[in-house]
Amino acid sequence: MKRDLKPQPLPSGSEWSFESIDRYHAEIARVAAAYKLDTYPVQIEIITAEQMMDAYASVGMPVNYHHWSFGKHFLSTEKGYRRGQMGLAYEIVINSNPCIAYLMEENTLPMQGLVIAHAAYGHNSFFKGNYLFRTWTNADAIIDYLIFARNYIARCEERYGEEDVELLLDSCHALMSLGVDRYRRPPKLSLAKEKMRQQEREEYLQTQVNDLWRTLPVHEARGGAAQESRFPDEPEENLLYFIEKNAPLLDPWQREIVRIVRKIAQYFFPQRQTQVMNEGWATYWHYTLLNTLYDEGLLSDSFMLEFLQSHTNVVYQPPYNVRWYNGINPYALGFAMWTDIRRICENPTDEDREWFPEIAGSDWQDTFDFAMRNFKDESFIAQYLSPKVMRDFRMFAILDDEHEQNLKVSAIHDDSGFRRVREILSEHYNLGSREPNIQVWNVDLRGDRSLTLRHQAWRKRPLGDTTTEVMKHIARLWGFTVRLESVDEQGTVELINETRLEKRKTRD
Amino acid sequence: MVRIIDRRFDSKNKSAVNRQRFVRRFKQQIRRAVSDAIQGRSIRDLDNGESVSIPAKDLSEPHFQHGKGGIWEQVFPGNDQFSTGDQVKRPQSGGGGGGGGGKASKDGESEDDFVFQLSREEFLDIFFDDLALPNLVRTQLARVTDFKTQRAGFTSTGVPANINIVRSMRSALGRRLALGSPYSARLRELQQAVDEAIAIHGEDSDEVRQLRDELGRLRAKIDAIPFIDSFDLRYNNRVKIPLPTTQAVMFCVMDVSGSMDEEKKSTAKRFFMLLYLFLNRTYEHIEVVFIRHHTVAKETDEDEFFHSRESGGTVVSSALVLMRDIIRERYAGGQWNIYGAQASDGDNWDNDSPICRDILSSEILPWCQYFAYIEITPGEPQNLWREYTKLIGTSPSFAMQRIESPADIYPVFRELFKKSLA
Repeated sequence: MKRDLKPQPLPSGSEWSFESIDRYHAEIARVAAAYKLDTYPVQIEIITAEQMMDAYASVGMPVNYHHWSFGKHFLSTEKGYRRGQMGLAYEIVINSNPCIAYLMEENTLPMQGLVIAHAAYGHNSFFKGNYLFRTWTNADAIIDYLIFARNYIARCEERYGEEDVELLLDSCHALMSLGVDRYRRPPKLSLAKEKMRQQEREEYLQTQVNDLWRTLPVHEARGGAAQESRFPDEPEENLLYFIEKNAPLLDPWQREIVRIVRKIAQYFFPQRQTQVMNEGWATYWHYTLLNTLYDEGLLSDSFMLEFLQSHTNVVYQPPYNVRWYNGINPYALGFAMWTDIRRICENPTDEDREWFPEIAGSDWQDTFDFAMRNFKDESFIAQYLSPKVMRDFRMFAILDDEHEQNLKVSAIHDDSGFRRVREILSEHYNLGSREPNIQVWNVDLRGDRSLTLRHQAWRKRPLGDTTTEVMKHIARLWGFTVRLESVDEQGTVELINETRLEKRKTRD
Repeated sequence: MVRIIDRRFDSKNKSAVNRQRFVRRFKQQIRRAVSDAIQGRSIRDLDNGESVSIPAKDLSEPHFQHGKGGIWEQVFPGNDQFSTGDQVKRPQSGGGGGGGGGKASKDGESEDDFVFQLSREEFLDIFFDDLALPNLVRTQLARVTDFKTQRAGFTSTGVPANINIVRSMRSALGRRLALGSPYSARLRELQQAVDEAIAIHGEDSDEVRQLRDELGRLRAKIDAIPFIDSFDLRYNNRVKIPLPTTQAVMFCVMDVSGSMDEEKKSTAKRFFMLLYLFLNRTYEHIEVVFIRHHTVAKETDEDEFFHSRESGGTVVSSALVLMRDIIRERYAGGQWNIYGAQASDGDNWDNDSPICRDILSSEILPWCQYFAYIEITPGEPQNLWREYTKLIGTSPSFAMQRIESPADIYPVFRELFKKSLA
């Protein structure tokens, strides 16, 4: 890129103006392009602290339907902020096209520069490149879909009463984490199609549901053999999907709301799986972009001091034995890993050549691009966590078996432990093992239409206290008795919960 | 060119609907919290919001989770002492810091209460809800004090509608006099000179013409002084003063004998609070006198009034006598509007009740704007009630009511309130 011989330093000081933000953005964009970051177009929005809290409360989305739980989040955020216990996040960025980055009015100019580099170029390029986001979310359609969802739910509230809609949403929210397809690829969202098909779907779904009823008299004669076949044929992992399609008593509008919650859960699914990678990536890039600008002589020392101070706060990893230890900091781990990958590419040691023969000494930009596009936290850590990072973090693994008296240190950051530590850490980011695995097992078509779910117990971990509550929600959606069975590793099945639904209250 | 959108002036309260829904959904819990808060508040303190806490489990949003138990293997940073194979004591749950610290925070939900701030409006709304106040009354009470504008002299700035003509003309006149007086003196001299010159040289001489020219120039100068100038303008000054500015004293009389339990006291407290709120809307300055009694009466501060407890018999008249004495001593002379509020469970020493009635009707009611008696009892009316019943109708400023729950309090005030609306 050609530039004037003498670079004009960017504005310094702490007050920002629209002109200065524009100039910062232009320079950051130029450097980002030089590093071949591929991004959606950027849209910067300036908001106040209150609006930031609003955005927080509705899970970071610019529009969302109304629900009391968002009000609860708002109140707790507000309380924390008012008392000064908690600063607001500097930024919220929305995976949409154009990519919307919020800048908060109260921030200083260096912070605005940091946020632009972090959100508008770091996160933005990750959203556009990573395979999970490419597969599961559709940046072009999300805002339109949210508007559609909000209007639809508002209409339902008018027609069927706020309370009914609220109860339904409560139940759907309880199942949100079980409302995603983990393996199947979802169709892309499109507002036009959604609207066009919605009517059609309402009628179609209603006819489908009748399947459950039709079976009653016809198959009665067949007896034993038929009992063997289950419905659904294969266990279904997506509870909300199953309920939307098969719950016998839901009205069409209720199915549509289940679908909306399911779609939104699906939209956030990739973010939950790429925390370390995504935050690390954005942190790495704000650090690199701003340092490049500084090297070019565009940034003042005061800018860099303020920037570095907040940067180091963000990537601080407290050790396990201090009060404020709260798990591994994804910013710290991600930033360390990306920095380390670049080091392996540029200055590999013998150890790196042994552990990472395929990337040691390769072009770092290509390696970065490949890693960013094709991994999620679990696989990223399994693939790229190097002995050096494990040593730097002084990682160790603790085995906690409830049948043992003591905890056991199962591996530490030494030659014999590197692989074990890496495996355990990678497993920690596997959503499949982090959350209980619960699937739809059977519907008693011939009998009482009860729904049976199966919990595949993993490493003998039981379900928590909230199970009873969640089961009530499922029973409300399903409309008949719901059972929950737990299967341990030996295949023994045990009934752990049965929720009977009292007679459904009929409306009007 | 990047798109920068300034959203700062967009609507701020996107979450207002969600907040309302939250408050509505948890009305029961919030009401309980408010009612606890009332116990702890001073009866004068009704103009603030309240920080309300709700047990966290009531508003949880449940998800399927792993419970405690089973096998967990996790990675921690910052190893300072461990080698592979070490055995570590299981840390006590909740004691952060040890190897299990991270896990404890992950699957042991913290049972902290959810605390948030109710605004003053929300707080009063819920307070009123309990008391079953009609809506009109609510708005009357929750309203911020009215202001009356009053003249307060004159200012040199203001809007044209407020120009005070007399004052403005007066200052214009003063200015004209001040500016014109040197010229006027000279004018008089010249006039005299002209007269003299005419006498000496005749009407048509050069000197006379010269002097006349000068005279003319001087007159022009005097005419050039503006008749009225912008800094002559005076405007009527009006200031807002809160209405009304009268003062009142409120007597809280409560029976604290053994039969008044905490619940009855709490009901009485609401009664006092509500009266205070009514008065607060009507009077600028209110003093509150607390009188508690069993067999003897005593003036106390608020804290002691509600919280200490004594037992023994009951002689109500002792309190009324004390009230009468305090009125005579401190609040006589028509400077004060006197309000009395008496709460009791109606239990009184039999021979004392007629005395109470006498004191009340002859020595207290004539001084009082209003005297309200509530009897907090679920059972049969007691002897004090029967005596007081005879007073109804004899004085327009007396009201009484039997109360079982806070919702019964309002009717006591209905009469009073009708009056102040008029």
